[in-house]
Amino acid sequence: MSKQYETVIGLEVHVELATKTKIFCGCSTAFGAAPNTQTCPVCTGMPGSLPVLNKQVLEYAIAVGLATNCDITRYAKFDRKNYFYPDNPQNYQISQLYLPICRNGGVEIETDQGGKKIVGIHEIHMEEDAGKLIHDEWEDCSLVDYNRSGVPLIEIVSEPDMRSAGEVIAYLEKLRQVIQYLGASDCKLQEGSMRADVNLSVREVGAETFGTRTEMKNLNSFKAITRAIEGETERQIDLIEAGESVVQETRRWDDAKGESYAMRSKEDAQDYRYFPDPDLTPVSVSEDMLEEIRARQPEFRTEKMARYREEFDIPDYDIEIITGEKPLADLFEAAVALGAQPKKVSNWIMGETLRLMKEREVDASDLRFSPENLAKLISLTDTKQINSSVAKEVFEVMFAENVDPEQYVEEKGLKTVNDEGALKKTIEEVIAANPQSVEDYRNGKEKAIGFLVGQTMKAMKGKADPGAVNQMLRELL
Amino acid sequence: MANNISDETIEYVGILAKLELSDEEKEQAKSDMGRMLDYIDKLGELDTTDVEPMSHVFSVENVFREDVVTNGDERERLLSNAPQEKDGMFVVPRTFE
Amino acid sequence: MNVIEMTAAQLSAAIRAGKTTAVEAAEAVLSQIEKEDKKYNCYVTVDRDGALAQAAAVQEKIEAGELTGPLAGVPVAVKDNICTEGLRTTCSSKILHNFVPTYTAEAVKNLQKAGAVILGKTNMDEFAMGSTTETSAYGPTKNPRNPEHVPGGSSGGSAAAVAAGECIYAIGSDTGGSIRQPASYCGVVGMKPTYGTVSRYGLIAYGSSLDQIGPLTRNVTDCAAVLEALASHDTKDSTSVSRDDTDFTAALTEDVKGMRIGIPNDYLGEGLDDEVRTVVLQAAEVLADRGAVVERFDLSLVEYAIPAYYTIAAAEASSNLERFDGIKYGYRTEEYAGLHNMYKKSRSEGFGEEVKRRIMLGSFVLSSGYYDAYYLKALKVKALIKKAFDEAFAKYDLILGPVAPTTAPKLGESLADPIQMYLGDIYTIAVNLAGLPGISVPCGQDSNGLPIGLQLIGDCFQEKKLIRAAYTYEQWRLCKGTE
Ligand SMILES: [Mg+2]
Ligand SMILES: [Zn+2]
Repeated sequence: MSKQYETVIGLEVHVELATKTKIFCGCSTAFGAAPNTQTCPVCTGMPGSLPVLNKQVLEYAIAVGLATNCDITRYAKFDRKNYFYPDNPQNYQISQLYLPICRNGGVEIETDQGGKKIVGIHEIHMEEDAGKLIHDEWEDCSLVDYNRSGVPLIEIVSEPDMRSAGEVIAYLEKLRQVIQYLGASDCKLQEGSMRADVNLSVREVGAETFGTRTEMKNLNSFKAITRAIEGETERQIDLIEAGESVVQETRRWDDAKGESYAMRSKEDAQDYRYFPDPDLTPVSVSEDMLEEIRARQPEFRTEKMARYREEFDIPDYDIEIITGEKPLADLFEAAVALGAQPKKVSNWIMGETLRLMKEREVDASDLRFSPENLAKLISLTDTKQINSSVAKEVFEVMFAENVDPEQYVEEKGLKTVNDEGALKKTIEEVIAANPQSVEDYRNGKEKAIGFLVGQTMKAMKGKADPGAVNQMLRELL
Repeated sequence: MANNISDETIEYVGILAKLELSDEEKEQAKSDMGRMLDYIDKLGELDTTDVEPMSHVFSVENVFREDVVTNGDERERLLSNAPQEKDGMFVVPRTFE
Repeated sequence: MNVIEMTAAQLSAAIRAGKTTAVEAAEAVLSQIEKEDKKYNCYVTVDRDGALAQAAAVQEKIEAGELTGPLAGVPVAVKDNICTEGLRTTCSSKILHNFVPTYTAEAVKNLQKAGAVILGKTNMDEFAMGSTTETSAYGPTKNPRNPEHVPGGSSGGSAAAVAAGECIYAIGSDTGGSIRQPASYCGVVGMKPTYGTVSRYGLIAYGSSLDQIGPLTRNVTDCAAVLEALASHDTKDSTSVSRDDTDFTAALTEDVKGMRIGIPNDYLGEGLDDEVRTVVLQAAEVLADRGAVVERFDLSLVEYAIPAYYTIAAAEASSNLERFDGIKYGYRTEEYAGLHNMYKKSRSEGFGEEVKRRIMLGSFVLSSGYYDAYYLKALKVKALIKKAFDEAFAKYDLILGPVAPTTAPKLGESLADPIQMYLGDIYTIAVNLAGLPGISVPCGQDSNGLPIGLQLIGDCFQEKKLIRAAYTYEQWRLCKGTE
């Protein structure tokens, strides 16, 4: 490759809002119900049914707009986007084209080089999600489930301001963080409550105009996004180098194969015939409504970090990690509010929690254990009722199934034995059984005491306080 | 007829509207649509500069629902009109390549 | 007096007085249907058993004193584009030939609350697209005044059923004149209320921004009573308007003194049949004699209403009718190769010619590159038309004119030339674009004995003025003794 290329990326991010009901009807949005059991005439496109806007959807959309520095459109409308597909029961999607609720915003991200830059947000609009299509292998047909049809989405359309996969991830992390702080969505890529379509083009470094872009869909993880961006950049550069031209098209990413293919069909005209939906009335955002939503905005990360520095004596690094994910910050604050020492709570989060999250691929928003139980566990160690290795063991169980550590420790008999007589008896046995180590210790080998403590702990099945064992050993020797 | 509708246009509109026309119907549609458009072109006689397009007649605004679940399970009723169903879902020709 | 000749007010009074029962009334009307409907084809579906069961239930409530209104126990016919739970609703289209709604339209629920007995579903132009009821997939309806003529449309089955004694009153929908024009052709009263007055929830949409459900009745008194029952603020319809002046029967008074009535010169011009003109102007004279101030004026923009209407209605229809795709309900073609072929074949076989014509036009005017020139332009013209009416209503309480340029044409004469047919809607269409209320009241007949209707148009929410003027005129006609 002789020339230097630059990748230009813009994102369309769909976020499923955390409302109880769908955007235009009173059906539940709860996940995992049997097919078509959360449906009504409205969200299944029954003839004669009509949509009515869920107010919470509007409020969430405005809240996200305010948090991403957008102008809120004071007079917004809904439009119909017409296209035939079985997951879309009306064969049009109610969305916003002409007057979307938010425009001209942006968020700051860190670049790959460690600098800062603003990624512009072109607009945020409200729209309805489609149903789910399931392939039936036996009958060679597809099956349609409309439970997700009408689930509220906001689509956040960025400016083509990103130049690398790293910036894309940073931008997505930032959006996720802001939206999670607002409680507007849990933003899970894997479960599809946050979905990113990547618009990408390449051009020679220094070129004034953009190249032809493609749109990449079906990206279900940060890893897939990174791979797809790298793959598509390479594909486009190869085309250009070979003297061919990039076709403006929608491509589907196949993560298993690590490649994308064009979703072309002569039956897809890509002419959506948008027009204002006559069934919905315009939305007029008053100053009062805006003020109300503004007043309800939560403490965002920057403010939270400043407050943590002020209130808690924990390292900056911990603060950064904990406030990076709203569920972690919530967990931290709740446990501290229950009386646990901030540093200890922080240690549990920074240590075991993050380790197990990574190991078991659990999102912060999916953590199962309650702050109450974490506080109890800390209290159990503070009062030396269990030692630290037992605590870790209990935490693993808590992490998996949110057991009450007090009950669990009681039931499993994991409490440290504080009976001095029993401890003394065990130590004497250990001393008798390990003359060589005793000898070594007496000859000044400090290390030998560690071995003897270990042997005692083992004999006590871990239910002793190592400090106390150590002390008694020295006394007896 | 001022508006001459081409074969391509009728073909294209057929894709948009999901209608399949016989050759005879296509010819008829070309002529009907051309005549209708000629007629609609009459609107061009009016100066509409600075006129706001009017989609709603009255200024009814901000019609909202509260975020409260009001619907239960209606699956049986939903599927009662389905041309083809399986496992509580609608059956359609395969959509995956 | 025979049940089938009674008005709703008369019949409900007779039932309350114990002179007849709701069941007897239903039976009388059902046997009239059995006798006459082969001739007129007013109904797509008759629900004999259902009607009798409803009648029995309503009779009990009347006897218990729970139902006392003017519609209690009175049999009604419902246009076949208004959903009725458990009762087939086809829009007179093959594509919905087997569709049984799972819920009932709000307007019908309101009638049920008032004690209505639903007889069945009336024939119409397919998806309400037409002015003659000849585009129905279930054969044309014939005009009971002269079966060689059309009943008008698209609510032709409803109007004809009222005229033929096959119901006591009916409801229809009006997108561009679809209640008023068949009422005029069949010699009954028909009213299109202000947009937003009657809930559209359960009305299968044609042009959503124009559609409105309304009554077709034997006289103005019933019209007011039915409208009073139909009107409600429905939270399921975002375009439903909350109004506190829906006691329409209170407006049944003979009083037009000082009422300012304007007759648009544009409504009396070229194309208007001489006999229609004469009869309508005579009706205007009557109102003037009773104290109204009647004058001519220029409404302007009248000739732009039809092209604007057909652009907007076709565009909305093209989108509204996308849901008929052979997946969730209705007709699916027998054989197909893949998804898009299934869509295309189901829709092409399921929809009739006029529907396809409008869907294609609508898809085209919204398509990339044409949206501004056609659709947006039409919405701007709509704004101008609305303004012209606003100016007229600054001067007048009501606008008076004919409903249609001619009396009912012969069967088979209209469909050959669609544009000619569209021109027949010239006096009714602007009312829908501007969301106004309009009423059609019988005012005479032509030399062939075919009825002629008088149209009165009010400003938004001024139904009471319409009812007052229409009632005053009707009372004069009754006193005079009709021809
Ligand atoms: Mg979208
Ligand atoms: Zn629903």
